[in-house]
Amino acid sequence: MITAGIDMGAKTIKVVVVRDGAMVGKAIMVAGFDSREAAEQAYAAALDDAGITKDEVEYVVATGAGRSHAPHSKRDISDVASGAQGVVTLYPAARTVIDVGAEEGRAIRCTAEGKVLDFALNEKCAAGAGAFTEAMSRALEVDIQALGPMSLNSENAIPMNAQCAVFAESEVVSLLHAKTPKEDIARAVHDAIASRIVSLARKVGFEPDVVLIGGVAHNVGFVDSLERALECKVIVPDDPEYIGAYGAALAAAAR
Amino acid sequence: MATKQTYETRPLECWGKAKEIRKKYYQDYAAAHERGGIRWAGGAWTFGAIPCGLGDDVHSLTSEPYAASIAADKKFSIKCLEATERAGYARDLCSYMRNYWGSVILDEYLWGGPFPKPDFIWQDHICCSHAKWYQVVCDHEPGIPHFCIDVAVGPAGEINENKLNYIVGQMHDGIEWLEEVSGREYDDEKLIEAVNNECRSTSLWAEVCELNKAIPAPLEEKTMFSLYVLGTLMKHSKVVADFYEELRDEVKDRVENQIAAVANERCRLMSDTQPPWGFLSLFRYLESYGAISVGSLYTFGLIGMWEDKPDGSWGPRTTPRQKGIEIKDRDQALKILAEWNLHKPEWQHFYSPHLKTEMMVRIAKEWSLDGVMLHYNRGCEGLSLGIAENRLGLLEAGFPVMTFEGNMGDEREFDLARTKTRIDTFLETLGFKKD
Ligand code: SF4
Repeated sequence: MITAGIDMGAKTIKVVVVRDGAMVGKAIMVAGFDSREAAEQAYAAALDDAGITKDEVEYVVATGAGRSHAPHSKRDISDVASGAQGVVTLYPAARTVIDVGAEEGRAIRCTAEGKVLDFALNEKCAAGAGAFTEAMSRALEVDIQALGPMSLNSENAIPMNAQCAVFAESEVVSLLHAKTPKEDIARAVHDAIASRIVSLARKVGFEPDVVLIGGVAHNVGFVDSLERALECKVIVPDDPEYIGAYGAALAAAAR
Repeated sequence: MATKQTYETRPLECWGKAKEIRKKYYQDYAAAHERGGIRWAGGAWTFGAIPCGLGDDVHSLTSEPYAASIAADKKFSIKCLEATERAGYARDLCSYMRNYWGSVILDEYLWGGPFPKPDFIWQDHICCSHAKWYQVVCDHEPGIPHFCIDVAVGPAGEINENKLNYIVGQMHDGIEWLEEVSGREYDDEKLIEAVNNECRSTSLWAEVCELNKAIPAPLEEKTMFSLYVLGTLMKHSKVVADFYEELRDEVKDRVENQIAAVANERCRLMSDTQPPWGFLSLFRYLESYGAISVGSLYTFGLIGMWEDKPDGSWGPRTTPRQKGIEIKDRDQALKILAEWNLHKPEWQHFYSPHLKTEMMVRIAKEWSLDGVMLHYNRGCEGLSLGIAENRLGLLEAGFPVMTFEGNMGDEREFDLARTKTRIDTFLETLGFKKD
């Protein structure tokens, strides 16, 4: 059976094509101003990647913040449900999913079947999500891809007190003026997000295995901060940003 | 998950009457001086039955419901909130208070015209904001006499004669003060009538809420907000007591005939504290999942008075009259009024979140709930305190809980789309699907 999942994220659209439970095609596009059009393009690219035609897809399920606007989809499910489903299929021992995307961070506790037992989402503030690292990399004048590896070189933990992205930016500027090494500031940024995410994880009562998904999982500096804050190992899948779309495609197959 | 079923539903027949009573209340207050009457202002928690002894032409403006009405009018609310901020007050204070202050500072009444200045303020202190609310109002409307009763005597379970006398003593002083500021002679008969009305109306409201234990529920919470509000305006009035009796009869009839508030009811929830008033559509959104909020400790217990029934259930409190007690004099009336109010469920959790958790778990069990939606309400320090504790207590008792952040009276602190997403996720995890 061939199904597809479309994850209409705040910043990017991800599409995954699944054949008999296995991911056979995927594509990602920046959502831009016309997210529906971006989704169409991502959908076509994912089918292309899988080498199959539109007609072969039996069912499409959407997820993500803009899921109600997804093309082709017949049903939608929440990010929490799709994330949990995608993770437990790949990692049956996973009991906690941490999902950090561009605009939102969330912690999910689930069963081996992917049933969600509890979840917690960060509130309006972006300080627990990817947008925060982007803002901080701009303040540091460091490429976002370099921010993670850079922070691994830090040996000093500097507390970052600001609770909001705007104040944190001025805190970064002050630290730069005080000639604080950039790697220490980078680590402080990741520690700050990690502490927010850990409070969500503790709220749901996290238990291992813990799997980290979402685009921010590519940031090795954040993963390091998270593992230190959680005091446990965190599993990062190969394509962490696609797990939500993968979970939606699996839900399409199980409908 | 229950199978899909459709119940008969129809609008409440007494709905229009409720709207009329509310409208007239605000008009009467504004026009009181034209008729030679008296205007007073105070919180919805204040002992409003007492000023009734000054005559039938005495009209009140209770501050929280007035501010909630402002909050529901997003355009005017923003104007009020910004006026308050420009005057130098912090944005994280009680949002009811900020809306109310804005209306005073702008000198604009929500229902048109300038803000109708009260002749006196009659208040009690439930939370820290209450203690400051009218102090600031007096800064902006100088010269208004202000009387306040301290009620900090602890939860109902710890009341004793001395504590009661402490409050009743202040009430006696208050009556002398009322005579002085109004220049009128106080009529104890009118006080006695008002106390009897208050006991009747608050017990009747509890009875209405109790009827919502039925499946399908005859009322949903969005509707209940428009009904309980009458009690927050003038629970001591005959008009409200009579209306609640009529409402009780209609709701009883709905239960007997299985008339549902939500035709596709299959998931029963409760909410908590004041809702974000500008976004009550949220409660309608639940219906797309066949979910209904059957009430909350807030809607049940701010106005409703309850007691343990012999079978162990929670039911309407027996009024003094139903017990055969006829109030004979001022002192007896004041004692009954104080004792009655100190038992208000919503009063209890100012002393301990655990008392609130106990009542919430009780509601979750007796009203057959599938889950709970807790509002982390940034607008109210009084009722929000301890909600995270309540969440843990409810989870421990086996009830799934979702939380959402917001503000009852400041729309800038509420995100409708995100809250809907949370509801989607929560109901999905409970196994419910959209119709
Ligand atoms: S903080 Fe809450 S309890 Fe206190 S006055 Fe404001 S709304 Fe009422």
